Amino acid sequence: MKSFTYERATSPEQAAAIVADRPGAKFLAGGTNLLDLMKLEIETPTHLVDVQDLNLARIDEDTNGGLRIGALVSNTALAADDRVRRDYGVLTRAIVAGASGQLRNKATTAGNLLQRTRCPYFYDTNMPCNKRRPGSGCGALAGYSRQLAVVGSSEQCIATYPGDMAVALRVLDATVETVKAGGKTRSIPIAEFHRLPGDEPQRDNTLEHGELITAVVLPKPIGGRHIYHKVRDRASYAFALVSVAAVIQKDGSGRVAFGGVAHKPWRVEAAEAALHQGSSALTSRVFADARPTEDNKFKIPLAKRTLASVIAQTRA
Amino acid sequence: MEFNAPAGTNLFDRAKIVGHSTPRIDGPLKTTGTAPYAYERHDVAPDQAYGYIVGSAIAKGRIVSMDVADARAAPGVIAVVAAPDYAPVGQGQGNIAPLFGGGEIAHYHQAIACVVAETFEQARAASSLIRTRYDRAPGMFDLAEAAPGASLAKGRGGKPDLKTLGNFEAAFAAAPVKLDAKYTTPDESHAMMEPHATIAAWKGDQLTLWTSNQMIDWAKSSMAEILGIKPENVRVDSPFIGGGFGGKLFIRSDAVMAALAAKATGRPVKIALQRPLVANNTTHRHATIQRLRIGAERDGRITAIAHENWSGNIGGEKGEDGTLQTPKLYAGANRLTANYVAALDLPEGNAMRAPGEAAGHLALEVAMDELAERLGMDPIELRIRNEPETVPGNPGKKFSQRNLVRCLRQGADLFGWSHRRSKPGQVRDGRWLVGMGVAAGYRGGPVQKSGARVHMGNDGQITVETDMTDIGTGSYTIIAQTAAETMGVSLDRVTVKLGDSRFPASAGSGGQWGAASSTAGAYAACVSLRRAIGAKLGFDADTATFAEGKIHLSNRTIALSDAGPMTAEDSITFGEFKRDYDVGTYAAHFCEVAVEAYTGECRVRRMLAVCDAGRILNPLSARSQVIGGMVMAAGAALMEELAVDKRFGFFVNHDLAGYEVPVHADIPHQEVVFLDTQDPVSSPLKAKGVGELGICGPGAAVANALYNATGVRVRNYPITLDKYLEGLPEPEAI
Amino acid sequence: MERCGEYDLSRRGVLAASAASAAITAVPLPALAADQKRDPKAMPVSFEVNGNSVALSVDPRTTLLDALREHLKLTGTKKGCDHGQCGACTVLVNGARINSCLSLAVQHEGDKVTTIEGLGTPDQLHPMQAAFIKHDGYQCGYCTPGQICSAIAVLAEIEAGIPSHVQADIASQPKPSNMELRERMSGNICRCGAYSNIAEAMAEVAGASA
Repeated sequence: MKSFTYERATSPEQAAAIVADRPGAKFLAGGTNLLDLMKLEIETPTHLVDVQDLNLARIDEDTNGGLRIGALVSNTALAADDRVRRDYGVLTRAIVAGASGQLRNKATTAGNLLQRTRCPYFYDTNMPCNKRRPGSGCGALAGYSRQLAVVGSSEQCIATYPGDMAVALRVLDATVETVKAGGKTRSIPIAEFHRLPGDEPQRDNTLEHGELITAVVLPKPIGGRHIYHKVRDRASYAFALVSVAAVIQKDGSGRVAFGGVAHKPWRVEAAEAALHQGSSALTSRVFADARPTEDNKFKIPLAKRTLASVIAQTRA
Repeated sequence: MEFNAPAGTNLFDRAKIVGHSTPRIDGPLKTTGTAPYAYERHDVAPDQAYGYIVGSAIAKGRIVSMDVADARAAPGVIAVVAAPDYAPVGQGQGNIAPLFGGGEIAHYHQAIACVVAETFEQARAASSLIRTRYDRAPGMFDLAEAAPGASLAKGRGGKPDLKTLGNFEAAFAAAPVKLDAKYTTPDESHAMMEPHATIAAWKGDQLTLWTSNQMIDWAKSSMAEILGIKPENVRVDSPFIGGGFGGKLFIRSDAVMAALAAKATGRPVKIALQRPLVANNTTHRHATIQRLRIGAERDGRITAIAHENWSGNIGGEKGEDGTLQTPKLYAGANRLTANYVAALDLPEGNAMRAPGEAAGHLALEVAMDELAERLGMDPIELRIRNEPETVPGNPGKKFSQRNLVRCLRQGADLFGWSHRRSKPGQVRDGRWLVGMGVAAGYRGGPVQKSGARVHMGNDGQITVETDMTDIGTGSYTIIAQTAAETMGVSLDRVTVKLGDSRFPASAGSGGQWGAASSTAGAYAACVSLRRAIGAKLGFDADTATFAEGKIHLSNRTIALSDAGPMTAEDSITFGEFKRDYDVGTYAAHFCEVAVEAYTGECRVRRMLAVCDAGRILNPLSARSQVIGGMVMAAGAALMEELAVDKRFGFFVNHDLAGYEVPVHADIPHQEVVFLDTQDPVSSPLKAKGVGELGICGPGAAVANALYNATGVRVRNYPITLDKYLEGLPEPEAI
Repeated sequence: MERCGEYDLSRRGVLAASAASAAITAVPLPALAADQKRDPKAMPVSFEVNGNSVALSVDPRTTLLDALREHLKLTGTKKGCDHGQCGACTVLVNGARINSCLSLAVQHEGDKVTTIEGLGTPDQLHPMQAAFIKHDGYQCGYCTPGQICSAIAVLAEIEAGIPSHVQADIASQPKPSNMELRERMSGNICRCGAYSNIAEAMAEVAGASA
């Protein structure tokens, strides 16, 4: 871990201003991913701005009839919130399918969105990785890619976004609110928050340097059956091979997003009209442009089957 | 004491302590965080500095240059110990590539440098400032590609490891029912929770290592070999070991680098291998390719059986022999076993819990399941049909004890085997396909010479000292039970001190020989102490009764403490008579799994082991050993695999997020039954080990259950869902 | 198959020269950055550990885990992976369990930290510690302090109604069933495989407090 200086911010605007001012500065919230990566020198901030004292750990009812989740609400608190459990079950389900109790207690809502990939070539600094060291090549493309992306990947990068919470936020059409130095705020639809790797795999999302997430806003509840089905190699405490976040209405219509298959939560709204025809009809559209590797091509039938299981669960 | 004939009736047949479930005597320390592990011994040497190891970035080749100037200049750095500045160190027991030194790279993450600094944070930060240039050499990293060119391993006496009996080829050709199947098992990591760690300190030419090692006497002599110093100048101390499973049988780079760094700095140096280094820097269980050919009569009698095994290692050294159990388990007049080892440039393969058998059962016991299906027989009945009279691969040799049939029958009753549907894919529970599987298990019951020293204080308190280790096996407690029983005192009157090379050399912890050997050694020392007491007080200790802290003679009773402070030392050695017997341990393993019909997610629902392993010294901790083996076996069957990158030649998933071992949610309640047997050929306590028996067979039972649930047979481990997904019913049909 | 020196590595990507050519450099940094030549400035931090106030001056890089183990010599909290992948470092901070390896000491100003040493002693065991001994919920003992800290927290989390992955109805009050305990304990790996016994130890404590 490179040495760094540390300070605690007193307001979101001030935090944003400090980080914007220093190219090597980063925000520190829970730290559960950042410190992991700093120990390996995959992340090498020279200055950490700890945002824990900012008053961003509340969940409030929003004027639009939805919920405004503070950036620092812990994963545990968010999953346990009665309103979330009642109206946004897919979100609770996704959060508790991820990580462990210990990590969920420390990890924050904003930090969860900012998790970096678990690609093993990203994690091993002896290996080429365009995300970690742009221009060094992709070790995973012809390497061990079982966990990696099957769709939306590029010549440069086949990393997956590893999180669960954001997959649920994607079907809920959440919005990410941010503040920049000078106090300028913006709202980023979750669909536009995470990027595809393209030619710049080092950029996971569309935040600017020094832009601080302050909240995640959920629109008003949409009803329906909320299911998050995460398939992994062990029963808990593992990243998804494939996950499905679904909200399915009584008439068989609904919304579906997939985790573990791309550089971002993967949802193709245009394909959702096919949901009432069954999982095969939907997934053949969702994965029409898939370019899997030999190692991970199983994810496409697995995605179809996982969605079929979800549909069966809604009927049960 | 030489154990030179089968044990007759002895004090253990009337045991009040040995054989009774006893909570671990080290439990209060372990559960309160006060048991000291290697890296935690702040008190043993002042002024400890922190070492941080740098691993090679290439798998094979040489170091062209190493620039350590920036690292040396970094804050807090005391020294940088760099491979180019050292000749390769010597080879300790079990080492294949040099653990350090010189410019040659034999495997990925081989130690090439160690930074020593005042703090951990400084050492870690400076380690990344070392710039190394390499000349990469081509390497062979693909077992399947190398296997056809592999040579037969060297067996006993250096002879090629090919064993035949009768005429396998002819008998197999003539057999009316045949199976010919190939199985593969992957490289696996011990993944013990405590990474390899050592504190090293020199006093003149005397080196002390506070470390985490299963085999203290080997460690001491190996360290001397490695550094070119006298064994008597090495002390090794390892009272608590945070898991080993074979990964800590040998000296590894943590100990070597700590010793060299302590020499270079004149300070005690502490090092723990950082977790991402463990998989490639240390040893692992080798991958295997196994071919089973079994020919049988229509009634199930096996007439021909061949088991061939391929694995690889650096320089074609010691491999993983999956055939080990095959000459022991099932009858059959015509036999062949062969063990081939290829030269690979992956990290070093070496012993991991039940080396050979753990992988071998995953092939043999699935092959038996497949054969049973071809015969239309119940797999338990097939096994019973082939129960041998003498050792099948060596018919002149007797079994000391063998109750495998009892294990199978009792297990079948307990598990409800009669409810199993022999046709696969028939049982549904909602979205889940449910199946049952069975496997037999065999693991040898070896013993080794083992010594101990026993001291009785003025107060009659008994202290046992031996360099035996407790790697979670429960050694502290069974040795205390043995001493308490033999000396006739209560358990709380016994103190056990382990893991220090200043104590008499023991069998150590490996090959499931530890329990039987070390308790026999403690018994031998206690018998010596009894006799010394008798000599001092003028009575025959062998006919006296030692009970309740007193010595009872025909006409008088003496308090043990009256004998005053005394010390005796002895060891157990084992005589020639054992050669007439195969001493083994046996189990029947049962498993029920459920497989999600859509997604293929597999959940183990029930596991049962019925074990035949002689006298069980402490049923409470022995059961834990067996369930622990069952957990590791479930991991091997369903998820564990060190993934090989065949271009760069390394294990890619080298941390505990990438290398998945079972977690709580994967493991249901587990049942273990021990048959009430004693094996007089094994040891004076008539006991055998169970620590490796527990991993021999359950993985195959899982695999067979998964087949029974789904109807898809997967012969390449681990059986992850991608390998059988397409064989599951189509979603529309569910 | 592909061999070193003759890489044609992929259909869509190439390895950079630094990794594929004969001579490779593990660390490409051109020169030691100026800020790595200075000793990092120590920072003060004060918190409570097992009811005792402690004031430390630490390198900001020091994790809570290393502050406990190396500075305060409270070595009951274990380092198994240092990356949040094993749970051996679990401690309670303000009553909630966290991985102390993934937390900087300086993040914990004013916090109340409870470690295994604060739960009980060999002579005065916490009921969970006693239950682990009774049910042999451990073997090598290295993951044990983390398991016990987690076990205590899990029962409290169930009591507090925190939902879990295995609940059929996430809106309902969870119960300390075998499956609930196992799911919630899954962040604590035990390679010795004492899981079945740990679940029994926890069930006993849960039953006693229910």
